[in-house]
Amino acid sequence: MTAGVEQAGVPEATPKAGAARLLRPALGFLLPVALALFWEIAVRMGLSNGRLVPPPSVIWNTFSDLAATGELQQHALATLWRVACGFVFGVMAGTIFGAITGYSALTHRVVDPTLQALRSIPSIAWVPLFILWFGIFEASKIILIAVGVFFPVYLGVMGAVMSVDRKIVEVGRVFRLSGLAMVRRILLPAVMPAYVIALRAGLGLGWMFVVAAEFLGASTGLGFLLIDGQQLGKPAQIVAAIVAFAILGKASDWLIVLVSSPFLRWEDRFART
Amino acid sequence: MLVLDRVGKTYPNGVRALDGISLAVAPGEILVTIGGSGCGKSTMLRTVSGLDPPTQGRVVLDGTIINAPHEKIGIVFQEPRLLPWLRVADNVGFGLEEFPKTERRLRVAGALDRVGLTDKARVWPRELSGGQAQRVAIARALVPRPEVLLLDEPFSALDAFTRADLQDHLLDLWADLKPTLVMVTHDVDEAIVLADRVMVMRAHPGRVYEEIACDLPRPRDRQSAAFDFVKRRVLAALDRSLDRAVATADEGETRAAAGGGLWW
Repeated sequence: MTAGVEQAGVPEATPKAGAARLLRPALGFLLPVALALFWEIAVRMGLSNGRLVPPPSVIWNTFSDLAATGELQQHALATLWRVACGFVFGVMAGTIFGAITGYSALTHRVVDPTLQALRSIPSIAWVPLFILWFGIFEASKIILIAVGVFFPVYLGVMGAVMSVDRKIVEVGRVFRLSGLAMVRRILLPAVMPAYVIALRAGLGLGWMFVVAAEFLGASTGLGFLLIDGQQLGKPAQIVAAIVAFAILGKASDWLIVLVSSPFLRWEDRFART
Repeated sequence: MLVLDRVGKTYPNGVRALDGISLAVAPGEILVTIGGSGCGKSTMLRTVSGLDPPTQGRVVLDGTIINAPHEKIGIVFQEPRLLPWLRVADNVGFGLEEFPKTERRLRVAGALDRVGLTDKARVWPRELSGGQAQRVAIARALVPRPEVLLLDEPFSALDAFTRADLQDHLLDLWADLKPTLVMVTHDVDEAIVLADRVMVMRAHPGRVYEEIACDLPRPRDRQSAAFDFVKRRVLAALDRSLDRAVATADEGETRAAAGGGLWW
């Protein structure tokens, strides 16, 4: 009965939203396309030889050449795989530690200062140690990425749990929710918006750390393409790899937003349209 | 029968918020507690709710000592405290998790109909007005059919018109199942519109100062002479309760009590 009300509202809204839905993302392309066009024209007109900053057409050619040989896919997949693994481990650890330190004041006092100290260590500083500990293959890279993902997720979850409104928790107490029900029905939904932001921040760092990891002794991955391009003097390949990073990073971020949006429709946002 | 037996509350920092409150509320009775700010009226309500159990004495409902939230006791807070991630209907049904789905749906639909918000069932709490949200909160508290409903200044954040509207509405809802109502307010008119008995409290520490029976026939006319008569009695009792606090308190507390006297 109640579901019918919602369904009835949908067909009305669609035609109006249709045009806007196509137009709005297009606005985001305006600036990069304009810049690319400007540079292409500048190089064609001979204002620059474009050797160190290759014009879009050259990058596109490099891109499609790499794609044609399957190299691009191979490197992109290798990188994607590392980020995915590191992300999963980092998120798991960050969520667990963040939830515990956010919930228990004692654990917070014992564990948080150490973690905060570890957080201030620059990512690259870990690399030699991780290579000694975990070898030069995948394990050390994935762990480095997981470390990068861990801290923003840890901080975000801890902050979110600590700032859950006491008044809302009291509603749970009035209805005599058990510990587990309190987590599932009150705490989890309450921290969800902050959690999604933490995940996005973590993923961003994951993409940063994968490059650091791949700079150091990798034979595959987009980071390897960067180093390879530098050593062999192929700026177009470097830019192509950078563009690939941008696309993958944006796409993965968008994926988080997309997956989480059904859980966050209740949010009273500052700008909803 | 809800009984408070010499209930006292001392906070860990040594502040004595309640001292020896003894009180019996008959089933279906509407007891309204009124008093200057800081007189412990909200603290008393929280001890009854089981959220903050008393440090001395005990709260007993039908022979059961209340030390934690109890299924027979519902509470409405000053703020609606709706869960923003649940639609209105799910908020109303929040306390019915253990009920079968059909029963839950029936009760929620009935309650929403009773508070006049059937058309808002699928709406998010952010889309409600203050008065609507508080109606949802009342429906949520009533839907498990508690024997005692506690109300902690539930209408104080609303405008005068909405407040009067919700007071009448609360009486309608009360007439359905006749739960015991214990309400805290700082609005004398509200107390007299609703109460069978008005309890005036006094601060430092919180004590029962005076009880005034209020047996006007319902619905009560806010303009009638009888209403005015009871109102004068309550106001006079309030005045006396504040004066005495001033007379016996030391200087720091005097200022607080004098400030508290300005609330109406």
